Amino acid sequence: MTSSDENEKPAIFDIHDMTVAYDRRPVLWNIDLTLRNAGLVAIVGPNGAGKSTMIRAAMGLVPMVSGSVSAWGSAIDGQLRRIGYVPQRGSVDWDFPISVFETVLMGTYGSLGWFRRPGRVQRDLTMQCLERVGMQDYAKRQIGQLSGGQQQRVFLARALAQQAELYFMDEPMAGVDAATERVVFELLQSLSDEGRTIVVVHHDLRTVTEYFDEVVLLNVRIVASGPVDTTFTSANLQATYGGRLSILDTMAEAVQKQEETE
Amino acid sequence: MLPTLTNTVALLAARVPIPFEAQTTRLAEMLSLPATDVQNAFWTIAVGALCAVCCSLAGCFLVLRRISLLGDALSHSVLAGVAGVYLVTGRVDPIPMLLGAIAAGVVTAVMTQFIHKTALVPEDSSIGIVFTSLFAFGVVVVSHASHVHLDLDCVLFGDLSFAGINLHPTFGWLVPESFRTLVPTLIITLLLLTICWKELRLTSFDPTLAVTLGFSAGLMHYLLTTVVAIVTVSAMEIVGLLVVALLIVPAATARLLTDRLSTMLWLSCLIGVSCTTFGYFLALRWNSSAAGLTAVVAGVELLIAIVVSPKHGLLGRLVRTVRLRIRICAEDVLAGLFRRQERSDAPDTLVQASLSECHILAGNGLLAGPAVRWLRTRHLLQQVGSVTSLSESGLRYAQSMVRSHRLWEAYLQENFNLPPDHLHDPAEAMEHFIGPGVQQQITEELSQSAEDPHGRAIPDVKKQGVN
Repeated sequence: MTSSDENEKPAIFDIHDMTVAYDRRPVLWNIDLTLRNAGLVAIVGPNGAGKSTMIRAAMGLVPMVSGSVSAWGSAIDGQLRRIGYVPQRGSVDWDFPISVFETVLMGTYGSLGWFRRPGRVQRDLTMQCLERVGMQDYAKRQIGQLSGGQQQRVFLARALAQQAELYFMDEPMAGVDAATERVVFELLQSLSDEGRTIVVVHHDLRTVTEYFDEVVLLNVRIVASGPVDTTFTSANLQATYGGRLSILDTMAEAVQKQEETE
Repeated sequence: MLPTLTNTVALLAARVPIPFEAQTTRLAEMLSLPATDVQNAFWTIAVGALCAVCCSLAGCFLVLRRISLLGDALSHSVLAGVAGVYLVTGRVDPIPMLLGAIAAGVVTAVMTQFIHKTALVPEDSSIGIVFTSLFAFGVVVVSHASHVHLDLDCVLFGDLSFAGINLHPTFGWLVPESFRTLVPTLIITLLLLTICWKELRLTSFDPTLAVTLGFSAGLMHYLLTTVVAIVTVSAMEIVGLLVVALLIVPAATARLLTDRLSTMLWLSCLIGVSCTTFGYFLALRWNSSAAGLTAVVAGVELLIAIVVSPKHGLLGRLVRTVRLRIRICAEDVLAGLFRRQERSDAPDTLVQASLSECHILAGNGLLAGPAVRWLRTRHLLQQVGSVTSLSESGLRYAQSMVRSHRLWEAYLQENFNLPPDHLHDPAEAMEHFIGPGVQQQITEELSQSAEDPHGRAIPDVKKQGVN
């Protein structure tokens, strides 16, 4: 993963020297990440490590201070149609007057572009996606009437409707019961079998080895990344969860206040 | 008013046709009212309706995007726009004033975002800062230019009551003057809704997804704000500052009554039209401000919606609570009779009870009567003479209830490590909500499930398939 052979075909996804700051205070430092193989990738790290921020910045939803992000060898801005982003469940207003079907249909809007209305093809695709997550019986429900696990499945169906080749998912397992978690992972597995790449912000360390092919250990910087077998080691975990680097904190504060440290 | 009246009379003499004149005249004859009164009322209601429809359609998206305050802001900054145009041109012409007002609306939207993003002020405060400053600017200019007639009353209260009197020839028809602004406004609003329906809904519901799919959420925000500004300005002529009520209240009311966006849109239009219409009639009756009464009617309709709304309404909630309570009381009767039978010397014969004993088992409250009726209509209790007993299906139902109760007690005992006197009450509450699925699950989880913690047998009803 870290080897960069000049003659190889371009990486699926590449972050080069990305730094992200909120209100000038850096929250991610000099991120370098390259994904070459399709599969399931977990981003793991403690609270406040910047896991969500990393994928939000990669998608252009949060401005970067420095660095560049590319997909399939070209800048990510032009490739967004091939990438699906599944935000955390809390990011939308679940009281919005919209049905499950209409929500999932939104996934097809990217391929439609401005002003074109969804037609038969998009509706059929939406129904297929709902069936794939087992939510076809809820198509007409208002989204607020669903349980947490069902809402998460609707989000996944919407991502499926995007028919993307690369997915970023922000904690799809948060607040989900064990049964739904299985369903979700089977779905992710089948997506990965189809040759797609799915990057998942993940909280549950116990299931990393069971489900994922690669893992990214993150704590405001990349601690390690690579195949689960070789990367998900206790030494690396120690480094990720064993507290922040205190100098980084001091420096973040100094940059925010724009003062030199003592 | 006088010059316009004579104007109208002169135009009438010139035979410019008035739409629906025959109908209004016939209606006037039926009601034996003066024809001009009925015609005025007709046109006033039409103007009010047009105004309400524009406001309601735009308002739905303000409510859904949680930027209702923006409507308030736009209606205030209009004064700054009018004053600004006066400062530049030194004249009071309607078209430049209208454009100035719309421009002020757009400036409000842009400045609000700018201050919010750059000065780290929360969005609602930022709206408050911008529109009060702009309004104040307008007030200063207007009071300085006191020799010019800038009708503040009109800005504050509108002129709904007179909107039907000022008829002007437009495209060969004699229609109210405000149609000249309201009809284009409605067309613009409908165009936005039809052309950008998909984009509007997407950016309102999930702006993040919109951005990642390649739609500009910011562009849609400004487009919507511009249309809201146009709607606000043209509606203010009719209802004044209370345009805010017409923007927000019908939309909020409609939201309470439906879970579908398209339904919400037409329902809010209907509600808005009823507000202006009732408001106008009440104003006639009480000789008061039509705009004011429109807002009052809107408030009353919202209150009614809060009470009767099917899903979120107080009435619906009350009905559901009472239904649940009746079921719980009824189930208590069944379980009580079952336990009595269990304790009796002949547990295989159906236990008999009097009606008053049943009422006692149901808690003897207000709902005891309805609870017993609930059981009888479902044939769970049978009555022979004055004696009541469980029916066949009632017995199975009761077994299932008691099974749920004792399973829960056993489950608590095993998992919670509670003293025995803490088991009965939670089980009493929980038994009404345990279905066959969970019964099955608990049975599978419990290590021994034949007896509850008090040593009583857990009745087995699996084969009969009750509930």
